[in-house]
Amino acid sequence: MSADGPDSGIETATATPDRTPSRKVDVCVVGAGPAGALLANRLADRGQDVLVLEAGPRFDRSDRRERMERAIRPAHGPHSVWDMGGERDAYTSSGEWFYPLNVTRVKGVGGSTLHWQGMVMRLHESDFERHTRDGVGADWPIDYADLKPYYAEAERALGVAGASDNPFAPPRDDPHPMPAFPPSYSDSVFAEACEAAEIAMHTVPNARNSEPRDGRSECVGYGTCQPVCPSGAKYSADYTVEAAESKGVRVLDRVPVQRLETTDGGDRVGAAVYATPDGTEHRQEARQFVLAAGGVEIPRLLLLSRSVDHPDGLANSSGAVGRYFMEHLFAGTGGRLDRPTRQNHVGFVTSESHQFYDNEFDGVGPIKLEFLNYAGPSPVEQALTADEWGDDLLDTLRDSYGRHLAMGGLVGQLPRADNRITLDPSTTDDHGNPVPEVQWSLDDRTKRTLATANDLQARVFEELDAEVEWTVGPENTGPAYHHMGTTRMGEDPDESVVDARLRTHDVSNLTIASSSVFVTSGAMNPTLTIAALALKAADHVDADL
Amino acid sequence: MELTRRDALAALAGAGILGGSGAAALARDGFSENEDHGEGDTPGESDAPSERDAPETDSDADRGETERTVVEGLVVTARAVYPGAVENTGAFVETYAGTKLDSRPEFRDGAVDTLDGLDAEARITFDARFGELGPTAADTVLRRVGADTAEPDPGGTTAERVRYYFVNEVLYALYTSPTGGKLVGIENPQGHPGGTDSYRRGPDR
Repeated sequence: MSADGPDSGIETATATPDRTPSRKVDVCVVGAGPAGALLANRLADRGQDVLVLEAGPRFDRSDRRERMERAIRPAHGPHSVWDMGGERDAYTSSGEWFYPLNVTRVKGVGGSTLHWQGMVMRLHESDFERHTRDGVGADWPIDYADLKPYYAEAERALGVAGASDNPFAPPRDDPHPMPAFPPSYSDSVFAEACEAAEIAMHTVPNARNSEPRDGRSECVGYGTCQPVCPSGAKYSADYTVEAAESKGVRVLDRVPVQRLETTDGGDRVGAAVYATPDGTEHRQEARQFVLAAGGVEIPRLLLLSRSVDHPDGLANSSGAVGRYFMEHLFAGTGGRLDRPTRQNHVGFVTSESHQFYDNEFDGVGPIKLEFLNYAGPSPVEQALTADEWGDDLLDTLRDSYGRHLAMGGLVGQLPRADNRITLDPSTTDDHGNPVPEVQWSLDDRTKRTLATANDLQARVFEELDAEVEWTVGPENTGPAYHHMGTTRMGEDPDESVVDARLRTHDVSNLTIASSSVFVTSGAMNPTLTIAALALKAADHVDADL
Repeated sequence: MELTRRDALAALAGAGILGGSGAAALARDGFSENEDHGEGDTPGESDAPSERDAPETDSDADRGETERTVVEGLVVTARAVYPGAVENTGAFVETYAGTKLDSRPEFRDGAVDTLDGLDAEARITFDARFGELGPTAADTVLRRVGADTAEPDPGGTTAERVRYYFVNEVLYALYTSPTGGKLVGIENPQGHPGGTDSYRRGPDR
């Protein structure tokens, strides 16, 4: 694990913000990522008094280009870009596959949208009915139609650039808020091969401004979308937090919640106990509580909140808290052509194929195929790690750059009870709490699906007459940094943690807005669904106040 | 291929120093100095940074002198590690590095400490300060300290710090600039906000 520690938000005595509890709060939200920000903003629109408690710091937006430099220059590890790691973020990885937790998340105002790629697709109808359709996984207690209006609202809230040229996408009523980014030159190289391989291409919805919007710039092509967008063209939830604060929402940073305390015989949460940077603990009371801290910290907090009334952890009478942890897995193929491909001008994807999402392959799950615009080494990154310089280095850079091409893809895991987040009492964080332990492994169906994705990619590369240089598949895949399933949604309180209104079965004033409520993972990047669920949760919380 | 003021501003923007046009915030504009005094790209001749405004205090004077020697070292490094096709190296690095050292005291302090190691090796091998060397001699010194194969590390060994504060610093400035990108074949290199047109262009447009 990195030796880097959180070093942002260093405060002088005179500049220390007030982190004492608010006196009157309707809703206390834990987490200032996209779910917490969107939910808080909507509740503020409805006139509710909202307080948000965020474990990480409030990052100064003016230093994003400096963070970009840290991302490009090899002396600075991935944890350094957003100050992750150290005792605050300690964790344990066990199970069949190592899980690199701290490169998959950001703690701070804006959450993991600070480092995300910004791909925003809706789940398909089939994802909500996986058990009924395929006999695997489980069905959601809601369907696509329930979420459809919230998807549209989420697209407006994030600012999505997209087009309606995807014949495989689920039905939608309105166009995307902004025009799509046009296909890249390398997309046109792929197009001919895909036609021969009978694979359809279409544009990609991006939470990235294709034109100025909401006071933010259009994309200017820094090419470092993941892990940092210096221009602000890519949506990140700190912008929504700002909007919420302008409406009166109070957001405290660097106040990790230690536990939730219940009242009324365990039926209600009475207070969130949080710690300030000097270690002082405070109790924040509220009428409603919402957990929006992601698929690892939410189950951890519930498990840390065990009590006489909830001996196995808060809201865990089902035993499902922390279980059914799911990730998306990467499948990829890359190689070189005998002609220029013009890569690494931008850091986002402009074409995909969802043709094999609802596929007829035997025992295979949904597949999303991506045509990358950043295949091969970035010249500057290669220069900074080279063992040569001068004309020799330039010759190497010229030889390396320009003929690479790569396809990526996402595949979703099935929910399995033994993939889970638990507490590791042998290791504690900077407040003495047991750290999260990630137990993670892959099932055979996921591996078959990865292999099928590789076969489809091989078809395209064969038509390109390209030299394949690498393949990432069942044996060497890695996670896409999407934490799902650990407080699953369901109708049965014995088998799930939250109901269709996203409220916990066991605790009447506790709601969860996160990918942790996903019942199945699908193979689409989850943030748009997280946003839609957060807006839905806000409606329900508002109705309960 | 000639490095321009636009390249230096782009590299500074890429390093998070300048936003927008930012020219008014330049600590040192090597291009203006070249316009005034002419550009000499022969090491040991006119590549030393020009005088800036007179410092007001002794400590300012010391700091100004220290910065000048570091910029001088960065210019010498750039002349050793940039491709031969690059022109205007002195003005480009002066503009970039002068402003960066002013804006990032922590970086400046690290570079100052690291320059001691380069000077020590330069004195042993060439009986001169590093900043006085021509590109061939500078190349020798950089390799003798091990900067060609070292991993960059701002808190590491001399070789690792030289790689970080000198070699990678000037390579980062070059290869995130439009001219540096074009040398390789990419008009909008990573780290440069070159817009969203070039990714759509084919090789013949």
